[in-house]
Amino acid sequence: MSNEELTERVRRIIATAQHLPEEKVTADSSFAELNIDSLDGINILFAVESEFNINIPDEAAQSIRSVRDVIDGIAKLLAEGPGGNKEPVRA
Amino acid sequence: MNRRVVITGVGVVCALGHNSQDFWKALSEGRSGIAPLESVEPGLLRFQNGAEVRNWDSLRYFDEKEAGMLDRFAQFGVVAAREAVADAGIEWTPELREETAIVTGSCVGGQGAEDEGFVNLYRKNIPRVSPLTIPRTMENAAASRISLEMGIVGPTYTVSTACSSSNHAIGQAFWMVRSGAARMAIAGGSEAVFSLGFLKAWEAMRVVSPDTCRPFSKDRRGLILGEGGAMLVLEPLESAQARGARIYGEVVGFGMGSDAFHITQPSADGAARAMRAALADGGLRPEDIGYINAHGTATQANDATETAAIRKVFGAQAGRVQVSSTKSMHGHTLGAAGALEGVATALALHHGILPPTANYNEPDPACDLDVIPNHARQAQVEYALSNSFAFGGLNAVLAFGCARR
Repeated sequence: MSNEELTERVRRIIATAQHLPEEKVTADSSFAELNIDSLDGINILFAVESEFNINIPDEAAQSIRSVRDVIDGIAKLLAEGPGGNKEPVRA
Repeated sequence: MNRRVVITGVGVVCALGHNSQDFWKALSEGRSGIAPLESVEPGLLRFQNGAEVRNWDSLRYFDEKEAGMLDRFAQFGVVAAREAVADAGIEWTPELREETAIVTGSCVGGQGAEDEGFVNLYRKNIPRVSPLTIPRTMENAAASRISLEMGIVGPTYTVSTACSSSNHAIGQAFWMVRSGAARMAIAGGSEAVFSLGFLKAWEAMRVVSPDTCRPFSKDRRGLILGEGGAMLVLEPLESAQARGARIYGEVVGFGMGSDAFHITQPSADGAARAMRAALADGGLRPEDIGYINAHGTATQANDATETAAIRKVFGAQAGRVQVSSTKSMHGHTLGAAGALEGVATALALHHGILPPTANYNEPDPACDLDVIPNHARQAQVEYALSNSFAFGGLNAVLAFGCARR
């Protein structure tokens, strides 16, 4: 997947989860600018995990504060191979 | 005319034991009941540990038909109520049965029963769900069973306010006995959280610790879920004295309120408001309080916010108040939390021993209170608070007094 495609998919997921027009969500938007609070944040990560079939560890999740953090985090997990990471999560 | 309300019986089932003696022994030794989960296959969850009730044989407490009617959460509540009533030495009369109230708390009711029926339907394509799913799942199943079994026909109901459920239940029962609306009350709560669907939802909340529960410790990584039930018998001081009952302590105040802030983030203002309301209801001043059984979930957000709230209420005296989170030992039992912690607080006043915050490693400047790290303390305090702060922003605080003061 190209970086552009990944960025577009993340923007779409966040726009859908937050009920925002997609053009408002840019790769450079911070969660604070988009009014994304802690509960919105974990809800977005849930949508991201489902979309890309990855598992984002809690500790990594805590440092995500922007759209760019989400994109970079997914790219890293996808690079680690199918399933996203080595966490023993099957369900 | 308001009556003084005392606690004459307690009953507990939780990870620390199946009765209040085992519960107290573990708390006073600072021993945690948190262990690798047995009820869930390893590898299905990002977290591995919980505070489960071990070796629960329902046929020790119920015949086969009764056991089949009751979800695990209701069984815990009923067994705790039986212990509390026996402990109080209640002798039932028709009048007492008419005037006794039962108020219980539960956050999610019979998750296990619901899961079982729905797995059959959704996964195994069995197109029938047992009719017992309804009476087993309802949050009031424990309250109703206690009423049926003991023949109690007074006001009986269940409060469901997430993690504050039991404190709201005990507070309501306290007010009923204080005002004379009830002559006696059985109050507390129970919860059984270990069903896979529910645990997966907690996993997605990202607040469950991957290791253990370390309240107020800088290296805390989240809460640990627990299960169990606890009940207290509340009655007026005069009638308890008249029948020569043992008095564990007094319920002196109850305060509640709502944050109106955020559905999951805590608010120091809301928590402080509920503590102040409990003090005011009991005619207490902050300087009267010697111990707080904290909500102390061991999430980053709760413990720092609760510390800020305690500082708001106690000001310069906050450093003098001894605070512990017994969740470090019995886990976070959600709708049963206030009941377990209410019993812990009453027994702490009764025995003159303050249970510790177990699993504590490292001071956190954001939680700069005396949190009784790892070892119980001999200390006779006169008054104590027990805090419960729920998702949804609903706060409930009880104030307890020592019987000997």
